[in-house]
Amino acid sequence: MTAIEVIAKLLGCLLVFLTLPLLVGQMEHKAMAHMQSRLGPMYAGGFHGWAQLVADGVKFVQKESVVPARADRRVFELAPAVALLPYLFVLITIPVGPGQTAHDLSVGVFFALAVVSVGVIGVLMAGWSSANKYSLLGGLRAGAQLMAYELPLVLAAASVAMAAGTLSLDGIAHAWRWWWLPYQAVGAFVFFTAALAELRRPPFDMPVADSELVFGPFTEYTGIRFALFILAEYAGIVVFSALTAVMFLGGWKGPFLEHQLGWLWLLIKTMALAFIVIWLRVTYPRLREDQLQRFAWVVLVPLALAQVAVTGVVRVVTA
Amino acid sequence: MSDDKVPTGKGLLQGLGVTLRSMTKRSVTQEYPHVRPELPPRSRGVIALLEENCTSCMLCARECPDWCIYIDSHKETIPARTEGGRERTRNVLDRFAIDYALCMYCGICIEVCPFDALFWSPEFEYAEGDIVEMTHERGRLSEWMRTVPAPPADVPNADPAKELGGGGVERRRRATTDDDGSPA
Repeated sequence: MTAIEVIAKLLGCLLVFLTLPLLVGQMEHKAMAHMQSRLGPMYAGGFHGWAQLVADGVKFVQKESVVPARADRRVFELAPAVALLPYLFVLITIPVGPGQTAHDLSVGVFFALAVVSVGVIGVLMAGWSSANKYSLLGGLRAGAQLMAYELPLVLAAASVAMAAGTLSLDGIAHAWRWWWLPYQAVGAFVFFTAALAELRRPPFDMPVADSELVFGPFTEYTGIRFALFILAEYAGIVVFSALTAVMFLGGWKGPFLEHQLGWLWLLIKTMALAFIVIWLRVTYPRLREDQLQRFAWVVLVPLALAQVAVTGVVRVVTA
Repeated sequence: MSDDKVPTGKGLLQGLGVTLRSMTKRSVTQEYPHVRPELPPRSRGVIALLEENCTSCMLCARECPDWCIYIDSHKETIPARTEGGRERTRNVLDRFAIDYALCMYCGICIEVCPFDALFWSPEFEYAEGDIVEMTHERGRLSEWMRTVPAPPADVPNADPAKELGGGGVERRRRATTDDDGSPA
């Protein structure tokens, strides 16, 4: 691989990383609005407010950057980067076509889940360094929630990796068959739900609870740093939707022209999953912290273990 | 209580159905400055004055709970029409103002006016930057008359108006004797 190819692939990843979350964000504005029988942004950009998030970005950039006097300055300033960058790194391993990945790793699934967990540290850093006891509580709750939901996430992903016989994301997409839909359905449900909780999206947004707790661990953040945390949330939605699409829905597989249009099939599946994430946000009230933990340990973990057991039996029997 | 158990997750799925259906229906939002709002009939926006009907009887100013109507008038004499007849007096309105910063839009002044000089109009866009300009004088109140709509059509199957002989249920119930004096 020449240096030009490497740079081109990385630029491609960066472009996707910067545009898809904005698309998902705009979809959220409009879809959520229409589900609530209202219109959403209509003025920014003239046509049905398509430039609303661009306007928001400009607004955030021109705001004053405030660091609380008693805050741990270095940690406070670095937290948004630690929360945001892991999602960019995971994007590098996601296949957009047969054999078309920015960089395919043979341990793709393991790498993806491990790197995404680093984002948790960003949230903890934000909560701890804010010199605000409510931010601290929010950060610790987020940490507890994220740790609880790592296990079902990893178990569900392990089940798919077992079914495919490889940890490489491209390999899993290659090995996917249509009858995996019912076969891995429980695993898909567990993975998607655990992903929602990892992203702190409603109904699992207790740490943030943005109509109740100001903004949890991100309360003291203003301007571009705050915007980066919000971008991290939407980038996370894109990354987890793409991971779910690749692992449980066949990724770039489609009705025709997989080599040329593989990216299109993946995009459609990712956007459909992102829509479901938004749909769940609009529909459900949030879970309390104890209900959330209970759900992870008493419902998701046993389901994920059951899925792993079923996959194991099928693999042994069909080997 | 344990017999009417709902299957797990049924409510969750129904919720998803509700939001999806809501998304496919047209939004109820009216984008106000670009679109005139559809106001119901008899909407109360501003009070209009028909000056020629007003006799400065002061009933509206008296009955206003907020004392927001300011009326000044003087008496003028009209010479007798026939010789040796009595001179007539007439009230002439000098000032009629309504302070909309105080007005609570209760409508008592319009209800109580015996000469139908006050009317409701649905106009509501008269916000001002200075509170002094919230008091509308005679000229402005007369201009609002142009915006007073025709009275809405009668509701079908309603009792006719009192002045047209409509009885009303209360009047029929309260009557304990017939017109000729025998018990109802």
